[in-house]
Amino acid sequence: MNIVELTDVKKTYRQGNVEVKALNGVSLCVQKGAFLALAGPSGSGKTTLLNIIGGLDAADSGSVIVDGNALEEMTQSELANLRLRNVGFVFQAYNLIPVLSALENVEFVMLLQGVPAADRREKAMAILDDVGLEDMYNRRPAELSGGQQQRVAVARAIVSSPSIVLADEPTANLDSKTGKGLLEMMKQMNERREATFVFSTHDKMVMDYARRLILIRDGLVADDQVREN
Amino acid sequence: MYLQLGWRNIWRNPRRTAVIMLAVVIGVWSMIFLGALMRGMIEDMIENGIATLTGHIQVHHKGYREDPVIDNSIEDPRKVWSAFREALPSTAQWTSRVRVNAIASNARHSDGVTLVGINPETEAKVSFIGTGVVQGRYLKPFDTNGIVVGRALVEKFETKMGRKLVLMSQDTSGEIASRSFRIVGVFRAEMEATEKQFVFVSMSTAQRMLKLQEGISEVSISLKDQGEMNRVTNALKEALPSTYEVHSWRELLPLLSAYLRLFDGFMWLWYLVVFIAMGFGIVNTMLMAVFERIREFGLFKALGMRPWWIVKEVLAESVFLIFIGITIGDIIGFLTVLALSSHGINLSGLAAGAEFFGMTRVLYPVISGKDLIMANAVVFVLGLLVSCYPALKAARFTPVEALAHT
Repeated sequence: MNIVELTDVKKTYRQGNVEVKALNGVSLCVQKGAFLALAGPSGSGKTTLLNIIGGLDAADSGSVIVDGNALEEMTQSELANLRLRNVGFVFQAYNLIPVLSALENVEFVMLLQGVPAADRREKAMAILDDVGLEDMYNRRPAELSGGQQQRVAVARAIVSSPSIVLADEPTANLDSKTGKGLLEMMKQMNERREATFVFSTHDKMVMDYARRLILIRDGLVADDQVREN
Repeated sequence: MYLQLGWRNIWRNPRRTAVIMLAVVIGVWSMIFLGALMRGMIEDMIENGIATLTGHIQVHHKGYREDPVIDNSIEDPRKVWSAFREALPSTAQWTSRVRVNAIASNARHSDGVTLVGINPETEAKVSFIGTGVVQGRYLKPFDTNGIVVGRALVEKFETKMGRKLVLMSQDTSGEIASRSFRIVGVFRAEMEATEKQFVFVSMSTAQRMLKLQEGISEVSISLKDQGEMNRVTNALKEALPSTYEVHSWRELLPLLSAYLRLFDGFMWLWYLVVFIAMGFGIVNTMLMAVFERIREFGLFKALGMRPWWIVKEVLAESVFLIFIGITIGDIIGFLTVLALSSHGINLSGLAAGAEFFGMTRVLYPVISGKDLIMANAVVFVLGLLVSCYPALKAARFTPVEALAHT
């Protein structure tokens, strides 16, 4: 079953008088349970592709279907709802809410979804235990290391069991050991919870962990490899 | 959630929060304190004006106000008493007076005064004179030649208790009426002008001197509840024949009435000025707080938070800031007024200027519920309104641009 289906997706940015073609007609499918990396040099379009899949940005043309929803036909409100219920995000800069504790950051998405308080708390605690942060519930982001913050971000992204988790350069701000630990954890989430992960990266370590590697160059799919890890 | 986030967010930068709260505190305190001072001044002026013989309502013969001569006296006050039985509430107090312009003179000085013939018992319930005598004694009902004068007049005339004072006026036959009185009492009033202007004798003595028979110049009415004034005035106008005039103190003291209208306008102007100054501070602070957190708002939107929820969160921060500032400003305002309520502010140094405006020597601030509610409401409502701009700004960041912000 395909979680994501992209057909001839194009996206152009205008910077002053200059037009930058970020995506030149990308077509691909992502299956449920995939652990997929979009790789390529800076400016290749991988972040743009991730943003379009996540409904944060709109394609200029082409079809984008996420979990059965055609994004080009959705209003901003519907897209927000899609992001809330079907998509999890992990960002390069963690992007945790500084005034909330680790537990509250993980609960935040469920709060927006309207999950009752007791259920929220139980799930949030369980997922933080899963990612190895069982002693860090009440710590605020400033009191956590980079790796711990990213783990909280991953926990937040998958706690409500979204259809897909989009991770944009998740290991970019981490040292190799911490980054490896994070990838191991996400791999376990992928295997245990069947969470679909799509990474945007130019980190070889991330590419090595991916079971499918899509190379993006000049806004097009240059290569698409399924790998045995 | 909004409240929790809002509360925590305002303490992310405690110094900035303290500065803006201080602005709100000072704004609210100034509104309350200045309002209390102005209100105290106005109430003092009204009370003083009413107590200085005006009363809440007066009844005259038609034409007396334009020309207060003896010819415009109420010759037969019985119609007035029967109208009073119809129209006055049982709690009202009233007194009749003879009141004419006269010349007072002694061996050293002479000057124009207002001769007031009073019924001492009823007069004491209506005007200041009943408690104003500070030397000697108050008048008795049938004092034949006793006169009570003001302290400033005693000084001006270089006279003293027990000395004589001659009063001269025009009687009902158009002849000069003159009589010698002995000073039996000296009164003190809030304003020196009052002490110099009015001299008091018994009603019967004044009527005899001026050949008025039973005639009087005016009736002054004091109401227990000033809120009844308009109703009672209208009722008296209906009950009395057209040869009589009925006026409330607002008509009798037009300058004071104008001050009241000016006061309300001035208070609104002050509120506006304070709020504009405070409002810029609130908007600037909230905008700074919003622009510092662009990425965070981008995250909110990326996670699926609706724009309206973001607006609510930012407004929650403003609510906390403004509410705490208002509360502290109210407390300090109350304490300031309380501290001044027993001794007031002594304006003796400005005596001449203050007296020109009908103000007393000591000013006591008075907090009115209406002023307090208005000050708090203006700050709270307008504060929230100006906070809408930064809140809407926060809600309009697109996730992609906001998350890319460094």
